[in-house]
Amino acid sequence: MKVITANFVTCAVKECKTSPTSFPLHFHDAELEQQELNFQPEFIRNIIPRIDWEGLRVTANELGFPSLPESKPEGEALNNEQTLQDLHRLLMETQVMEGKLICGNCGHEYMIKEGIANFLLPSHLGKRNIINQQEVMLANAPSSLS
Amino acid sequence: MEYLIRLAQAHESFRLPELRALATRADVDLEIISYNDFSPYCVVKLQDETAARALISRSILGKDILELWGQGVNYEELHADVKRRTQHRWDDYQTVPFAFAVESFAGKRSQTTKREIIKSFSYMAFKGPIRLKNPDEQFCVMEEYVADREISARGGEVSTEPRRIYLGRWIADSSRAIMPTYDLKKRRYISTTSMDAELSLVTANMALAAPGKVFFDPFVGTGSFLVAAAHFGALTFGADIDPRGFRGRDMEGVNKMGLVQNYQQYGLTSKFLDAFTSDLTNTPLRNIPFLDGIVCDPPYGVREGLRVLGARDGKGKEPVIIDGVPAHYRPGYIPPKRPYGFEALQKDVLDFAVRTLVPGGRLSMWMPTASDEEVEFPVPMHPNLEVVDVSVQPFSSWSRRLITYRRLPEGEVSDVSLARRKDDKQGVRADDLNAFRRKYFARHRGTASEQDEKEAQ
Repeated sequence: MKVITANFVTCAVKECKTSPTSFPLHFHDAELEQQELNFQPEFIRNIIPRIDWEGLRVTANELGFPSLPESKPEGEALNNEQTLQDLHRLLMETQVMEGKLICGNCGHEYMIKEGIANFLLPSHLGKRNIINQQEVMLANAPSSLS
Repeated sequence: MEYLIRLAQAHESFRLPELRALATRADVDLEIISYNDFSPYCVVKLQDETAARALISRSILGKDILELWGQGVNYEELHADVKRRTQHRWDDYQTVPFAFAVESFAGKRSQTTKREIIKSFSYMAFKGPIRLKNPDEQFCVMEEYVADREISARGGEVSTEPRRIYLGRWIADSSRAIMPTYDLKKRRYISTTSMDAELSLVTANMALAAPGKVFFDPFVGTGSFLVAAAHFGALTFGADIDPRGFRGRDMEGVNKMGLVQNYQQYGLTSKFLDAFTSDLTNTPLRNIPFLDGIVCDPPYGVREGLRVLGARDGKGKEPVIIDGVPAHYRPGYIPPKRPYGFEALQKDVLDFAVRTLVPGGRLSMWMPTASDEEVEFPVPMHPNLEVVDVSVQPFSSWSRRLITYRRLPEGEVSDVSLARRKDDKQGVRADDLNAFRRKYFARHRGTASEQDEKEAQ
């Protein structure tokens, strides 16, 4: 999982999504790998406005990167080659290969294995309203189905 | 200025939607002057040659674009139109090396007749050398006859004379030549549900994939759509409820991932962002507008009943502890899945798109329908999404549609009065929840329930 992706995900538990403490998910026991990729300044420039800068600062810190500037680069700063290169390296070229992402709200741990994060929830954390609806459906269904 | 686009005679109902999408993406004004599903020749009005090049460059269903020098229902009319439109420009082409060709759609001409047709344009007095290979300018006479397919579909009579004739000066080719590169037969990692190269690329065009943009596929599988979007320059990532789809069997490490191998094959590795395991109904993606495009072919539930996470019987709301460790943290834990309605799934895709697309961002989604009962499967709608285009790919007893939506800016809403109003209330089996699946199996081989039982065995 790349650092950029971590900035766009939060806890999959419905109740957590609205809680400010669920974002960003916290990396634990992260094993990093750097992969060199073509530098695409156009993309970095487009994506920065959509990045949650505070969240990225927390993530970068947890992964042991040098501190990011306090405020998000805007305007002229987006034409600074070095700034874009640094962000490219952090967002695009840094991958977490093994480790966990932990929700600061409910404490649920999402595993990352071989670079792939698993956000499937165990059934007790799934979408409540659907489970209830399911019960309604079952109540009306013929018993032979169960 | 008027231009003529030569279209591929394939996936006809996708051709104009693709051109319109490309015009939007290239920011050019496009006016369709004449178009017929049964003809490859489409006349359009564009501002200038630059606009024409920008429009055609990424087209998959268009072959090339020509400057229209004249048209008519017979040669007399054509010659008069050519003189009227282009007489003042003939001098410019006096000495350039050129080629002059005649093609007949759904008709035939002998070599002798073709030479006579070419000679009939001698009044333009081009004196440059004739070069069949790499000419500076190419002119083409295009004869359109009435195709047999049109006669059987619309009636009419077979004619030995063309219905319409055009003369064009070639300007630029499209991207159609890249199709063989992305041919599934040559792709490293595919599955039975991989979308073919042509329609994947068209889907990416419909969603306006372009450099600098972020694209997502929530049912990524082997990544057919993402690879296509990446070809057009978008940065792409995907998710799937079943990671085996994008991992592949022999994966060791992220760069051996089946999906990533496809990007490597096409030299698109830097366009790959990520793939993760998740379920659209409990997606970890944040509710913020950050996606430029969503491209997907949701599972129809034909090959297997649809499933999402959750217990079928409503049980399992308490965590299970095994040897002091929560079962869901133990290796090899497989979360339970429950049947899921096809209509509910589409609604979830639309809701997801509304939450995550930037204003003007697009969702291009495939959905199946029984051929003769389209009324029963209205296009799913959402007030925050505008339906941009709907195209149909017909098969013998069913068809599938590509529906493209645009995320409206806040404060604008679309008319959803024609939308389906159906919830996932009744039924618990896959076919109770999926009218398409029920009909598909009713027609093909018994009922979907029988299929379920077969699967269970």
